Amino acid sequence: MAIEIVQPSGVGLSKIAVSETHGENSPYFAGWKAYDENPYHEKDNPSGVIQMGLAENQVSFDLLEKYLESNQEAASWGKKVSGFKENALFQDYHGLLSFRKAMASFMEKVRGGKAKFDPERVVLTAGATAANELLTFILADPGDALLIPTPYYPGFDRDLRWRTGVEIVPIHCESSNNFQITPEALESAYDHATSMNMKVRGVLITNPSNPLGATVQRKVLEEILDFVTRKNIHLVSDEIYSGSVFHSHEFISIAEILESRNHQDSERCHIVYSLSKDLGLPGFRVGTVYSYNDQVVTTARRMSSFTLISSQTQLLLATMLSDSEFTEKYIEINRERLRKRYETIVDGLKRAGIECLKGNAGLFCWMNLSPYLSENTKSGELEIWKTIMEEVRLNISPGSSCRCSEAGWFRVCFANMSEETLEVALLRLHEFMDTRRRERNMLSVL
Amino acid sequence: MLSTKVTCNSHGQDSSYFLGWEEYEKNPFDEVKNPNGIIQMGLAENQLSFDLLESWLQNNPHASSFKKPNTNHSIFKELALFQDYHGLPAFKNALVRFMSEIRGNTVTFDPNNLVLTAGATSANETLMFCLANPGDAFLIPTPYYPGFDRDLKWRTGAEIVPIQCSSLNGFRITKSALEEAYKQAEKQNLKVKGVLVTNPSNPLGTSLNLHELDLLVDFVSDKNIHLVSDEIYSGTVFNSPSFISIMDVLKNRNLMNTDVRKRVHIVYSLSKDLGLPGFRIGAIYSNDDCVVSAATKMSSFGLVSSQTQYLLSEILSDKTFTKTYLSENRRRLKQRHEMLIKGLQKAGIRCLQSNAGLFCWVDMRHLLSSDTFEGELELWEKIVYEVGLNISPGSSCHCSEPGWFRVCFANMSEETLILAMQRVKSFVESMVKKNNFQSRHQQLLNRNSRRTKSLPKWVFSLSFDQREVGADER
Repeated sequence: MAIEIVQPSGVGLSKIAVSETHGENSPYFAGWKAYDENPYHEKDNPSGVIQMGLAENQVSFDLLEKYLESNQEAASWGKKVSGFKENALFQDYHGLLSFRKAMASFMEKVRGGKAKFDPERVVLTAGATAANELLTFILADPGDALLIPTPYYPGFDRDLRWRTGVEIVPIHCESSNNFQITPEALESAYDHATSMNMKVRGVLITNPSNPLGATVQRKVLEEILDFVTRKNIHLVSDEIYSGSVFHSHEFISIAEILESRNHQDSERCHIVYSLSKDLGLPGFRVGTVYSYNDQVVTTARRMSSFTLISSQTQLLLATMLSDSEFTEKYIEINRERLRKRYETIVDGLKRAGIECLKGNAGLFCWMNLSPYLSENTKSGELEIWKTIMEEVRLNISPGSSCRCSEAGWFRVCFANMSEETLEVALLRLHEFMDTRRRERNMLSVL
Repeated sequence: MLSTKVTCNSHGQDSSYFLGWEEYEKNPFDEVKNPNGIIQMGLAENQLSFDLLESWLQNNPHASSFKKPNTNHSIFKELALFQDYHGLPAFKNALVRFMSEIRGNTVTFDPNNLVLTAGATSANETLMFCLANPGDAFLIPTPYYPGFDRDLKWRTGAEIVPIQCSSLNGFRITKSALEEAYKQAEKQNLKVKGVLVTNPSNPLGTSLNLHELDLLVDFVSDKNIHLVSDEIYSGTVFNSPSFISIMDVLKNRNLMNTDVRKRVHIVYSLSKDLGLPGFRIGAIYSNDDCVVSAATKMSSFGLVSSQTQYLLSEILSDKTFTKTYLSENRRRLKQRHEMLIKGLQKAGIRCLQSNAGLFCWVDMRHLLSSDTFEGELELWEKIVYEVGLNISPGSSCHCSEPGWFRVCFANMSEETLILAMQRVKSFVESMVKKNNFQSRHQQLLNRNSRRTKSLPKWVFSLSFDQREVGADER
């Protein structure tokens, strides 16, 4: 993607500051604008725009609130406030040991105990956004490339490239095999990068995938691991949605694959995690880099100075996540609620004549509107997207914003609203599709 | 296999410097359990006023329980979901008001020009990303905070060129020093993008006087470059002259509607004034919309926890509390400062006259066996091992003259400080006796050969952050 440099007059800023790589001037922000100007509200604005472009998990707050009510000291430094001073002074980039232990243990629970995590390898960062950028700084130099399967989270364009100067080369995935990563696609991406004189430093996958809402199969993980080993490059597995898999046995973490291989060649592997999706706490900025490479751990820890987690927040979460009874129950109930939401939306869309990719995780579904495009192109996609925004008044994310190589796919979030609102959204979509079909039938008759 | 940022990090990893920290970790002073241990005087923390914060917390439990004051209404969900990089409006409003209060309300700050970051460490780096391209340089007066070498240069690729200050005029910034630094940068083919000052200064503990501030404004005006003023210690000014903010100067010189104003940026944090380094609360203030816009987006990589933003918005909105806190904190710092000065005086040691900060800039040149950095290292090792004090040698702050040390006074109890002073006194007395019997030459011979050979790279090294303790030791 070309970096436009627009120098404002008079003041000299860096190239990074004036570049457009932060990506926030893309057309997709029109959707956000439409929502901000006319947000849906059950009572006050029932015909407003419903936000379905925000991958937030709002289905399990009651569980967290209940925990806080029964454990008030978790948020207030113990009954006597005497722990306040110690906590306020704690700025060690190793992070609170109790919190690292709690994170490691939580990550194990999310994986059903199928992999072990060492608290000494947990590096804390202010969110996964920071974790991904930090890893990129460590694994690649400016001008180098990371290979990322499409479609991918739009934020990567900024997070991985903006300040690092690293490039993203897409691994093209297709609907014909449910967008799974193939060895051919990997090789092709690698060759393409090399042909552009870029040194490939690694592959970055999101598992479960955003925006697909599906886990990566074991076979595919093995193939990817073999590929990065052959090419002697890194593998970053962003497992930020690992706790949102509807059926726990369906998620295979790269950690499990590594354990099954006795950690052979594991120093090229790194996992990113965060509590923003599974626990619904994006505001608390809790992310982590988990690396099997000692040098990466040491360097990441030092770099985390630029993005430490508030010790106040570390303490709160250390208490919460060390409570096994709470975490086990939470993980189970949260999964179940997400699964139900997913079924609701997929069924609702089906009744409206819309198919989705078969998903098993995440806070969104990957919806296929390609049969309804006026033309099978990006502009055809944006046209229907605009219609849905303006007429149906739903803000959803077009596949082109995720660099999908096929037009017509959309990411639709289902966990950031009430059940009632979801029903309203589905109803609107149903009516819209009905009307379109009737119009089309009428046209074909004329 | 890894990027060059990983391998370049190995600069400055020579063992000598970290000896002090390692020794402290191995043998930390404890009043009861380890009274002969090493006293930590290398950590610029403010531990003097926690009781004030603790009593506020006890009287206002809502602030740490995600509740609105005087109601049982929970805003947990709201806060948990709040990740807007514009920051919690209530917090930014309270923070700019607090910043104003620190400056005696002579300047007001617009919350829309404030960008929140995870600590000043993050703020400084972010500003560099916004103002400098890889290979560009910022001029910084010496001595300066060792962390700048990492914070400003590591990932940004920016360079630092020192503005050499001298004890001859109390380390004040002079016009010729500024010009000389600029020339040096040009000689090295570095494009100078700005000047960065810490005001009040770390490690000097002095606030910039009007003359220096005028010089800086004239200089950046003339060269058409930026001026970053790191005012992280602004709330610790305990003596006259009172703190003059760079904004004050712009106002008084009628520069508020000029280009220069847009090139002046302030960094702030609550780590020193409020003693909350763990909470990671930093900020960039700029009058340039482009900088604010770019920095805001970059803050995505280091946002302040919404839980913490809420707590601090409640604390800082309490005007009665902030007024009391600021004046009482200053009073206690002043008292501690006096204790340290008097204690050192008794040992025949002088300090640079200072009016701010959590440390003193101590003159130990007369105790050096030789007027060299090796001599400084030797003295420093003695102080760590024999006296049992971990203090910061001036060379780690890029001071151009050997023999100066930064000694912190606000991170320990009064009793511990008194003990430290007693140890210093005894040490100096014993040194005086020894010096009467030994020639300098003999001292050189007696030195451990390991230490003679080491001429540590770290003395001139550019990178500083390898202490495994991992704390930011501003």
